[in-house]
Amino acid sequence: MNKNDTLVKTLFVGISLCLVCSIIISLTAVGLRDQQKLLKLKDQQSKILSSAGLLTEQKSIDELFITIEERVINLETGEYVDSIDPKTFNGKKFESEDYSKDLTTSIQLKSDIDISSLKRRENFIKVYLYKEDNNIRAVILPVRGLGLWGTLYGYLAIEPDLNTIIGLEYFSHKETPGLGAEVDNPRWKTKWRGKKIRSSTGEFKIEVIKGLVSPESPESKYQVDGLSGATITSRGVSNMLAFWLGELGYEKFLNKLKVEIEKEEALNV
Amino acid sequence: MSKGREVLLNPIFNDNPIALQILGICSALAVTTNLYPTLLMCLALTSVLCLSNLFVSIIRNHIPTNVRMIVQITLIASLVVLVDEILKAYDYETSKTIGVFVALIVTNCIVMGRAEAYAMQNGPWLSFLDGLGNGLGYSLILIIVAAIRELFGSGTLFGYEILILTQNGGWYLGNNYMVLSSSSFILIGLLIWLLRSWKVEQIEEPEFQTARNNLETKEAGTRV
Repeated sequence: MNKNDTLVKTLFVGISLCLVCSIIISLTAVGLRDQQKLLKLKDQQSKILSSAGLLTEQKSIDELFITIEERVINLETGEYVDSIDPKTFNGKKFESEDYSKDLTTSIQLKSDIDISSLKRRENFIKVYLYKEDNNIRAVILPVRGLGLWGTLYGYLAIEPDLNTIIGLEYFSHKETPGLGAEVDNPRWKTKWRGKKIRSSTGEFKIEVIKGLVSPESPESKYQVDGLSGATITSRGVSNMLAFWLGELGYEKFLNKLKVEIEKEEALNV
Repeated sequence: MSKGREVLLNPIFNDNPIALQILGICSALAVTTNLYPTLLMCLALTSVLCLSNLFVSIIRNHIPTNVRMIVQITLIASLVVLVDEILKAYDYETSKTIGVFVALIVTNCIVMGRAEAYAMQNGPWLSFLDGLGNGLGYSLILIIVAAIRELFGSGTLFGYEILILTQNGGWYLGNNYMVLSSSSFILIGLLIWLLRSWKVEQIEEPEFQTARNNLETKEAGTRV
């Protein structure tokens, strides 16, 4: 028998190899953790800024992000929650998704209302307000929902009238490159600018349609071109907006915010 | 040619891991839509391959034969985790798209194949060179495939617009097939054909000959 094949030698080689490898891996993982977190945070911040069209080459993300006010809100009541510090709110991937896994801080969604396949919805979520001279200039809301291959995570920025879209930006998705992944295409993203969410009667209208929007159509201000070859992703985007801007999403918050903004405007006039 | 040179350069054209041995093509299919992630993937695979060959070779005289595969896999997996962590810490944007394929380097046949076939029998320096050579051979094919796919699929190279797409107001209608993974099969097939037309010795002997009709066999005998 080969001298290497004794039980003692086998165990010795196995154990020492595992020990060495695990020590090296843990050291690297711990050593790089801060750097990884930082990059992840930067990536999200850049998406938040770019959804509201605030991202520019001249200024760093840190400088730009100072102008953004982070607030935690309660989706059930639509009010600000000051007891939770927005700085420590961070969950894992989607900033509030961890809360949706906790039974006490989320609600179960029945399949007929769960159009974005979220299963549970958290009660607390962090929103971002962009202010200039204390006036709200943009409201940035996290949205997420199922596409074709997985959940898309992104930010929707709307104007202070709370009905006009500034931009929609995804920071994480698993869609097919060239088809569904065109949600990242800068041309497609510019198509959202200026689209209206609801009609003047308050009916929810915004959607991604199949094919191109005809500019003559009276509906065109509520419609965005579909992604060709990606019907399910396009529908996922529509559903996600319908869910998050609806009753179970930000509707209560937006209604309260609207009153607040109008009050401020009245004061300014 | 010195031994080291031969070990380093042979896998690039003469014994290419993808084109001749047809190993490790899963990642070649998956990551080659764009050049930049492909380049990072090649870098990741090459570094894992070099280091795994090196370390396997260093401890090769102490590896018990009955657990040798497990030892190799442990080494490879640790290296892959290292590379993955480093990628996440320095290029988060790309790691989002290729992260899963970097993790799958563990199962890449080239890495395991070289460790078992070469590093177990040869010294550390030659094994390292063998890893480097095979990594370069893999990278060569992947970069060619990625360049073709990115250019004809999205009209760009490294993200810079070369052919302006119709959806961006240009003249070029992107070939959507190039964006799908299966197009790399065709491209790799064409590359293998090209390579074997150049290096005729790589053409494999057919495993069997199709029998012809009796009449034709006689005629063929005289003709050939």
